[in-house]
Amino acid sequence: MDPITLSRWQFALTTIYHWLFVPLTLGMGWYVAYFQTRYYQTKDETWRKMAKFWGKLFLINFAIGVVTGIVQEFQFGMNWSGYARYVGDIFGAPLAVEALLAFFMESTFLGIWIFGEGKVPEKVHLAAIWLAALGSNLSAVWILIANGFMQAPPAAAYVLNEANGRLELVNFFALIGNPKAWIFIWHTLADGLAMAAFLILAVSAYHLVRKQNLDFFKRSFQIGAVMGLVASTLVFLGGHTMGQYMKEVQPMKLAALEAMWETEQPASFSLLTIGDLTGKQEVWSIRIPYVMSFLACNNFSCEVQGVNDLQAEYQAKYGPGDYVPLMVVTYWTFRIMMSFGLIMMAASAWFLYNTRRKDYENSKWMKLVPFGALLLPYLANASGWILTEMGRQPWIVYGLLKVQDAVSPNLTVVDLWISLVGYTVLYGSLAVAMVYLMKKYAIAGPDAAMHESVDAAPAAVGADD
Amino acid sequence: MSYEFLQILWFILIAVLWIGFHFLEGFDFGVGMLLPFLGKTDIERRTIINTVGSVWDGNEVWLLTAGGATFAAFPHWYATMFSGFYLALFLLLVGLILRGISFEYRSKDAAPAWRNRFDWMIAIGSFLASLLLGAAFANLAKGQPIGADMNLVAPAWLPNNLGVTLSLLNPYGLLGGLTTVAVFLLHGANFLVLKLEGSLHTRAVEFSKKLWIGASVLYVLLGIYTYVAKFWANGKINPGVIPLAAVVMILLTGYFINKKMEGWAFISTALNIVLTQVTFFTMTFPNVMLSSLNPEWSLTVYNASSSQYTLTVMSVVALIFVPIVLAYQGWTYYMFRKRISTDKKTLVY
Repeated sequence: MDPITLSRWQFALTTIYHWLFVPLTLGMGWYVAYFQTRYYQTKDETWRKMAKFWGKLFLINFAIGVVTGIVQEFQFGMNWSGYARYVGDIFGAPLAVEALLAFFMESTFLGIWIFGEGKVPEKVHLAAIWLAALGSNLSAVWILIANGFMQAPPAAAYVLNEANGRLELVNFFALIGNPKAWIFIWHTLADGLAMAAFLILAVSAYHLVRKQNLDFFKRSFQIGAVMGLVASTLVFLGGHTMGQYMKEVQPMKLAALEAMWETEQPASFSLLTIGDLTGKQEVWSIRIPYVMSFLACNNFSCEVQGVNDLQAEYQAKYGPGDYVPLMVVTYWTFRIMMSFGLIMMAASAWFLYNTRRKDYENSKWMKLVPFGALLLPYLANASGWILTEMGRQPWIVYGLLKVQDAVSPNLTVVDLWISLVGYTVLYGSLAVAMVYLMKKYAIAGPDAAMHESVDAAPAAVGADD
Repeated sequence: MSYEFLQILWFILIAVLWIGFHFLEGFDFGVGMLLPFLGKTDIERRTIINTVGSVWDGNEVWLLTAGGATFAAFPHWYATMFSGFYLALFLLLVGLILRGISFEYRSKDAAPAWRNRFDWMIAIGSFLASLLLGAAFANLAKGQPIGADMNLVAPAWLPNNLGVTLSLLNPYGLLGGLTTVAVFLLHGANFLVLKLEGSLHTRAVEFSKKLWIGASVLYVLLGIYTYVAKFWANGKINPGVIPLAAVVMILLTGYFINKKMEGWAFISTALNIVLTQVTFFTMTFPNVMLSSLNPEWSLTVYNASSSQYTLTVMSVVALIFVPIVLAYQGWTYYMFRKRISTDKKTLVY
């Protein structure tokens, strides 16, 4: 493989991996803060246990998000120095603000929350978890503003400086006001809430099926169901809005996620499309008329441009080249993301409907929840991110800089294999430790979480080695 | 504000971020490296970790902010340094990941083997990070083979980044790395002396006495090497008495340790670290990365910086948020200022 391909694989690996943990961090912080607030108000011991138990799972997950996040910030310079030089004047600013505004807040207040119980006033301890949750969500806001620039650079924000051949910022507010970024932010922060709700549902269902801590887990399950429905609906609405904005700013991505070769008016939605082996031509498809026009424009009659027309248009505009993303990836990741998202909405509505019954934990479908409620959001999250980034190809900054011109010119295949293998081994081991601990703490339940290590039962706190 | 003023201002701000990072994370790297040697039982090790438990992550953000600020204010500096030191930075990241994850996971399972493994990962990660940072800064002072296109040129004997990384381990780079490790160990020991009680405290004092000897010898050697090789004359400003003051500080530390003036011992090593960084940035200026191939190809605050507009925006942001961050981070240290005892009832796991 050539250096560009290797750098792309490494970016994909490290980013998708990072993104497996971040949504849960983003969402779970709010729930833990809410549970602790309820305890503060009511002094009901169950709320305290909920803050503790879900807080433990939050922390085990949080640690991986933090340590893999450092890699994210460094690799823009390490692997993509061409990119860093060309757009650093614009892209560096939100990253610096993210560190200054969000990372300090998140890490400092989480430290107070973990170590401050009983040492700082209760109000301060409560404020600490809210500020930690706010800090992580603020960091998402800033990195999505940065990513929004790569997806749909707002024309008012930058100019090309002819003298030094790079893009320069001329309007910071146009950069942070980028509509693409704010649709992303909406979609992503709601996704965090949905992810955490589904983890709560999965773990609660596991214990409810086994009739353990019924009071605790019924309360958790109910909150998970309500929030799962609210949040996944918000995610869906954000995604729908994104589709319409995509038509304006990234029509090629829209056509590619539909595997739509020819321009249509009104446009139909593909239920199943099979392309030929080159991925450049449709062989066969089943389509629903009008639906794509609705997804792209909110009406049933608009024209949606196809890949072939866009390719011709881009060649005329940007010169010869292949401007079509890898369609088999964009097409299927879109379908996984959207269908799983819809199932999440339907499932949480179903859970909520059933929680009216007193003995819903005895239902047969409950046995499927621990597995299904985890699988759906994780796969949907990863697919959504792959779609976003792969759909941008061959551009690193849409319409302005191609990936091939962004890679660090000094790196060789040897260097990249060393780091790629290194990251794979390291991240793989982290995942083993993380899954082991998550499972152990989730299964051990709320009473064990009140003690510091679930292995150390109350009678034998602190096993010395 | 003129363009040149902003470029110099951001050079100073980035220097301040690195100074803060070395001062703060310096002691938690030191604590990390000392962990398996100083703590004999599980309780003792947990006590040692808790001296930095609530603050290490916040300390590390100084590094992230230095990285982000360099990207925003000097994109070429960021691009050249991060791509040029590729494999060295990869190892630094591995060190930071091992360390960070171990702080959070080591107590989540009671098996002695599990805990021991993570304790060693904290020590090894802290060591790796200190060594690489020290070697990187020494090599920056010495100059790097930067070509006309601002990218680092790999040596002919191993023409890829592995070659660059191995050539970072030249005598001066290695001395810089080992000195940083030694000074951070001493800084960590001094910090532990302030934060621990009882027998752990006694042991930490013994450690700091021994570590002081190694740190002082290495530091003086590094100073002599820098002076004789005239690395201090690469920039436009002569650092003057600043490096001498740094030497005096590390020598004074030994006096304070022996006189049981624990707070002063900590402060004098801290000042040594701060003054070392001040020396580095003073003797570098106006270069941010010196080219050893041709001085014309060096990256400077002028040719590596962002536009005037971006620097202005960033200045406003920094002006608002830096004081806020300093206030609440300082407040955290104040809240957790008490010594940590090995009492199981008060120990947070």
